[in-house]
Amino acid sequence: MNKDEYKKLVDQFTPKENKMRNAFVSFLVGGLIGFVGQVIVTIMTTSFEMELVEACSWLCIIIIFIASFLTSLGFFDNWVTKVKAGLIVPTTGFAHSITSAALDYKKEGMITGLGANFFKLAGSVLLYGIIAAFFLAIFGGIIYG
Amino acid sequence: MDSMKFSNVFIKDSFSVAGPLESQGQIKTYPLVMDDYYYHEKTFEQAEVKMQRVVMDNLLLRNKLLESDIDYLISGDLSNQISVSSYAASAYQIPFLGIYSACASFVESLILGAKLLDGRGSRKVIAMTSSHNLTAEKQFRFPVEYGAPKPKTTTFTATGASGAILTKDSDKIKIEGATIGKIVDMGIKDATHMGAVMAPAAAQTLMQHLTDFNRKPDYYDVILTGDLGSVGCEIFREYMQRTYGVKLKNHMDAATEIYLDGQEVYAGASGPVALPLVLFNKTLKNGRFKKILIIGTGSLHSPTFVNQKISIPAIAHAVSLEVLK
Repeated sequence: MNKDEYKKLVDQFTPKENKMRNAFVSFLVGGLIGFVGQVIVTIMTTSFEMELVEACSWLCIIIIFIASFLTSLGFFDNWVTKVKAGLIVPTTGFAHSITSAALDYKKEGMITGLGANFFKLAGSVLLYGIIAAFFLAIFGGIIYG
Repeated sequence: MDSMKFSNVFIKDSFSVAGPLESQGQIKTYPLVMDDYYYHEKTFEQAEVKMQRVVMDNLLLRNKLLESDIDYLISGDLSNQISVSSYAASAYQIPFLGIYSACASFVESLILGAKLLDGRGSRKVIAMTSSHNLTAEKQFRFPVEYGAPKPKTTTFTATGASGAILTKDSDKIKIEGATIGKIVDMGIKDATHMGAVMAPAAAQTLMQHLTDFNRKPDYYDVILTGDLGSVGCEIFREYMQRTYGVKLKNHMDAATEIYLDGQEVYAGASGPVALPLVLFNKTLKNGRFKKILIIGTGSLHSPTFVNQKISIPAIAHAVSLEVLK
C-alpha cells in the first residue's frame, strides 16, 4: 500500500466533525456573550450615566477578569470542549490564552517562565492584530481622508 | 536480525500507580491510585518523578530487594530529554539506561532488559515507564488550562507509572521472544491522529514477528497493541487485511481498555504507560490468556517537526509473553 492509498484508508475511518452543528453552537454561545456584554454596557450608560467609550472599557475589564478567573478555576478548557470556539472568539479567548500560559509557566521563574511564555499563544493575536490595524488605518486614511 | 528468543527471562513482579481519571475507568485493580495530578508535589513534572519513585520503591519493598540486587534500571517517559526518568533514577544507586521511543518505550525497555539478562552475569533488571497527562499536554500541545477544541481522533495521555522486575529465576510469566521494529512513515502529518501514524508500524512489526517465528496470529490468545485508539484500531485491522491479507480476531488495544465511554477522552488513552497499565492490571489478571503478544506503538514526533510540516515516523516493538502454569 502506498502513501496515497493509505491516506484514503485513513480518511475512510476518520470520524467527521459536525461542522454545521459546531458552528451553530459557537454562534449561539459567542452571541450570548455579546448579548450579555451589551446588557452590561446599557446598564452602565443608563443607570450609572457613563459615557459609551468609558462603559465599553469597563466591559472589557469585566470580561477579561471573568475569563481569567474561570481559567484559573479550571472550568474554561472543559467548557470549550463542550460549547466549541464560541467561548474563545470574543475578548475571553485572548484573556484565557494568556492566563493559561501564565499558570503553566509561573513555576519556571518570573522571567524565564512566566515572562517568556506569557504571550506564547496570544502573541500571534497581538502581532497580526496590529498588522491588520495598520493596514486598516491606511485604507481608512485613503478613503475618508 | 529483527527477532530474538529468550531462554530464561521472566517477569517476577510488577507495580503500577494510576492517575485519578484512570482509577475511575474500567480497571479497578490498580495497586495504587493518585488522588490528584500534583501527587503532593509542586509541579506536574515533579509529580511524575515521584510516581516513578513510588513504583520503584514498591517493587523493591514488595520483593525484599535492595538497590544492590538490581543490575540495571531501564526507563523512559515523554518529557523533554526524558528528564522525568533521569530525575527519578537519581534517587537510586543502580546502573541506569534512559530510553525513548515514545509510547513504545515500555516494550523497548522489556526487550533491552531481557537481552541484558540473557547474557552472563546480570540477574535482575527493572523496566519502568510513566506518563502524566498534564506534563504531556504542556510538552506536546497547549498550556494545561487552555481550551482548544480537539478532533475526535485525538488520544488522551494516560497518567500513571508502571514497572516490572525482570529476572533469570524461573517465575510465572516468561518473556519468550521479541521483535524490534523498523521505523515506518506513511506520510501522516497530523499529530492529533496518532492512531493513523502508528497503525502501519504496528502491522509491519506484527507481520515481521509472525514471519520470524513462523507463527499464525491465532497462535496468541491475545495480541495487545499499545495505544492505537478506537480510530487507529479500525485502521490497523483494515490495513492488516488489505496489505497482508490477515484478519485479526484476537486483537485488543490498550487505549480502549482504560477509560469508560462517558469519560471524555476522544479516541482513548495514549502514552507509554497505557500498555503496561492494561497488561499488568487486566490482561495478565485474566486467566484465559496464556500466550500474549504485546506491541508497543510510538509516534516519534516532536512539536518542532510537526510545526515544520514533516510527516511523522512511527515505531512498534513486540514482545511475546507466556503465562506458565
